[in-house]
Amino acid sequence: MTPYAALLRKDLRVELRTLRSLPAMALFAVTTFVIFRFGLDREQLEGDLAAGVLVATLLFAALLAINRLFVAEREEGGFDLVRLAPIDGTVLFAAKASALVIYLVVLELIAVPIFALFFLDSASGLLPLALILLLADIGLAATGTVISTIATMSTARDLLAPLILLPLLVPVVIAAAGAGEHLLASGGPDYGRFGTWLLLLGLYDSVFLLVGYAVFDFLLED
Amino acid sequence: MANALSFLTLRRLAVATVIVLAAGYSLAFFAAPEDADQGFIQKIFYLHVPLATVALLGFIVAAGWAILHLRTGDPRYDARSYVSIHISVIFGLAVLITGAIWAKGSWGVWWEWKEPTLVSFLIIFLLYATYYPLRYAIEDRDQQARYSSVFAITAGAFVPLNFLAVRLAQPLIHPRTFSSAGGLPDSMLWPFLVCLVGMAMLWTTLIWFELDAKAARGDLKRIRRALEATA
Repeated sequence: MTPYAALLRKDLRVELRTLRSLPAMALFAVTTFVIFRFGLDREQLEGDLAAGVLVATLLFAALLAINRLFVAEREEGGFDLVRLAPIDGTVLFAAKASALVIYLVVLELIAVPIFALFFLDSASGLLPLALILLLADIGLAATGTVISTIATMSTARDLLAPLILLPLLVPVVIAAAGAGEHLLASGGPDYGRFGTWLLLLGLYDSVFLLVGYAVFDFLLED
Repeated sequence: MANALSFLTLRRLAVATVIVLAAGYSLAFFAAPEDADQGFIQKIFYLHVPLATVALLGFIVAAGWAILHLRTGDPRYDARSYVSIHISVIFGLAVLITGAIWAKGSWGVWWEWKEPTLVSFLIIFLLYATYYPLRYAIEDRDQQARYSSVFAITAGAFVPLNFLAVRLAQPLIHPRTFSSAGGLPDSMLWPFLVCLVGMAMLWTTLIWFELDAKAARGDLKRIRRALEATA
């Protein structure tokens, strides 16, 4: 087994046994939908409002997982073990980012159908939206993993990650909400600027995956 | 600083900055023609745009120094990166204030969400504002320097991406109210360029001053500690 697979399997196994992140994220997302239902006082959402509610909810739910991403490493000494092991620090970056993508995909598999059930007229825009959300998840995971490591090592901890991540994730929100606005439009999905948003997300993902790959070793040094 | 630049001292640079800035703003107010469309309020252009350009370049320069810091491990590069971000954030605050004044004078509103440059700048400012809570939440000196550098690099990569994203978010045909420097007539372009150079010199002077002050404070602390040890 490669070190990458071992680290990823460890994370997924810990999550399956403790269920610390995923149920909380799903519950948070559903509760937020209910809040929006009463906050906006609407039973149907479409276009920009639908995309905004969905993307903002998923973003805040993702922050829960990002905050918890390295808690086990900090509390149980996992960082020291990775430092001692004869492996590259970037392997940990790749494994953690992959684990985060998996959490986010599972969260979306639960939250998006519930969102559609609560607010949407037709589900025809959801399939192309899934592609957008997957690319957004990769971007979230790339920046989230780097910032989560920094936040975990700081004394401010849970406070710092959302503070830094929210402005850093604005391009992802712009692209996901921009695409969602047309895909969830009332008259059925419209692919007007779909390619532009895919490109923007692809660019964001590649830039921050490269940045994460380049800097992650320095975060693990002691 | 390199040996070839040894004649350049902080005092000389400060004097030169004052001269260039005074020349730039004299040109802007007395030589450059008044804007036919916007009138006198357009003069803020000579302050707002150089401030914004220098602040953004400062963030990129900070990322460059952060890369050097991670490569060499020399704490002086971290200090330069920190001070660059610090001065650029102060410039950024001035950009937001002058931008709001210009928007009020020219469009009648204090803030315009449809102007992508303004919104991009706000997001970048908010991101760099988190540099301080990040830096002071890490106690270990080396770790603080390394993590701050990682932040500076990540945020430096974010600056151009964010401009692209916010511009794409605007409706396709949005009237560009600000013409960029390329569209300026010569009589406005030259004063603008002098102001831009002066602003860049001001940024450099402030960085240099802050670094000197930091070094002096460090020396003082060391001497005081040595004195206490002998006493």
